[in-house]
Amino acid sequence: LRKNVEDFTGPRERSDLGFVTFDITADILNRKSGLQTFWNKNTLMLFFIFDWNVKQLFLYLSAEYSTKNNALNQVVLWDKIMLRGDNPRLSLKDMKSKYFFFDDGNGLKGNRNITLTLSWNVVPNAGILPLVTGSGHVSVPFPDTYETTKSY
Amino acid sequence: VCGGRRSCWPGSGGTRGRAAMDLFGDLRRMNKRQLYYQVLNFAMIVSSALMIWKGLIVVTGSESPIVVVLSGSMEPAFHRGDLLFLTNFHDDPIRAGEIVVFKVEGRDIPIVHRVIKVHEKGNGNIKFLTKGDNNEVDDRGLYKEGQNWLEKKDVVGRARGFLPYVGMVTIIMNDYPKFKYALLAVMGAYVLLKRES
Repeated sequence: LRKNVEDFTGPRERSDLGFVTFDITADILNRKSGLQTFWNKNTLMLFFIFDWNVKQLFLYLSAEYSTKNNALNQVVLWDKIMLRGDNPRLSLKDMKSKYFFFDDGNGLKGNRNITLTLSWNVVPNAGILPLVTGSGHVSVPFPDTYETTKSY
Repeated sequence: VCGGRRSCWPGSGGTRGRAAMDLFGDLRRMNKRQLYYQVLNFAMIVSSALMIWKGLIVVTGSESPIVVVLSGSMEPAFHRGDLLFLTNFHDDPIRAGEIVVFKVEGRDIPIVHRVIKVHEKGNGNIKFLTKGDNNEVDDRGLYKEGQNWLEKKDVVGRARGFLPYVGMVTIIMNDYPKFKYALLAVMGAYVLLKRES
């Protein structure tokens, strides 16, 4: 099975740009709990969340990391709106991140610890709007060098 | 026996035949007192409402703890006319995925969108980017000329609770001022004409 491919080109406008593609059949660089278990654990939870007062879930995958410039950075890579009645199974293969993963500065190069977590915002028919973080997370390191050319 | 004294209400007994002018005068005096009473009652209601609103501002820490959604940029979660309840506690960090209500510098209208990027320095200095769920692109086009990030000072509050449709009344009053005046006239008439038993 393929590895998770991380590479990044940059800097554009003096900021690091990271590219992450995630594939649920991958194992992340020798980690025992790969992306597969991560997604599965969370889709199981999603089955139980939809009750009569849940209008929709706003799911998002965010990358959290710290750099020299900033103690805490959070970037939403991907999001999805899941309405009550939609199939709660998330089966996403080889998803490119939906949004550009720009850093504020050059903090992605050689950054060993980018944590990807899946969270969701429960939107009720009426009432409180909770923000829930899914269980588990995946750590992704970025390489030490830039890619100079990239073809898409 | 009522000698035209102010404290004499009609129907309290002791009436005698009077000229129509006297009766009318008496009625007018009685009405004026009742009127003052009604106005005071009304003023109390308005003051209580204002106090509750100010109290909410203090408790939530937000300058506008209840807002009405004006656009469809957060659909299908929020539609035009929905009501949002906000808090703005100073120690609450701004995190990706949260729904914030913010004001762009120089503009009056608050915007309700979601935080998609956060960069926070160790000293608590934070800058973030927002985007409406229903929009294709992030909000940089909405910010001030040359502004790329929002800061904590731009935040009016974070959306914590939500009620659908209730805010439509405010939108209707805004779009159809005649409706607003009619409503005010009805309320005014009710206050002035209502009789306490």
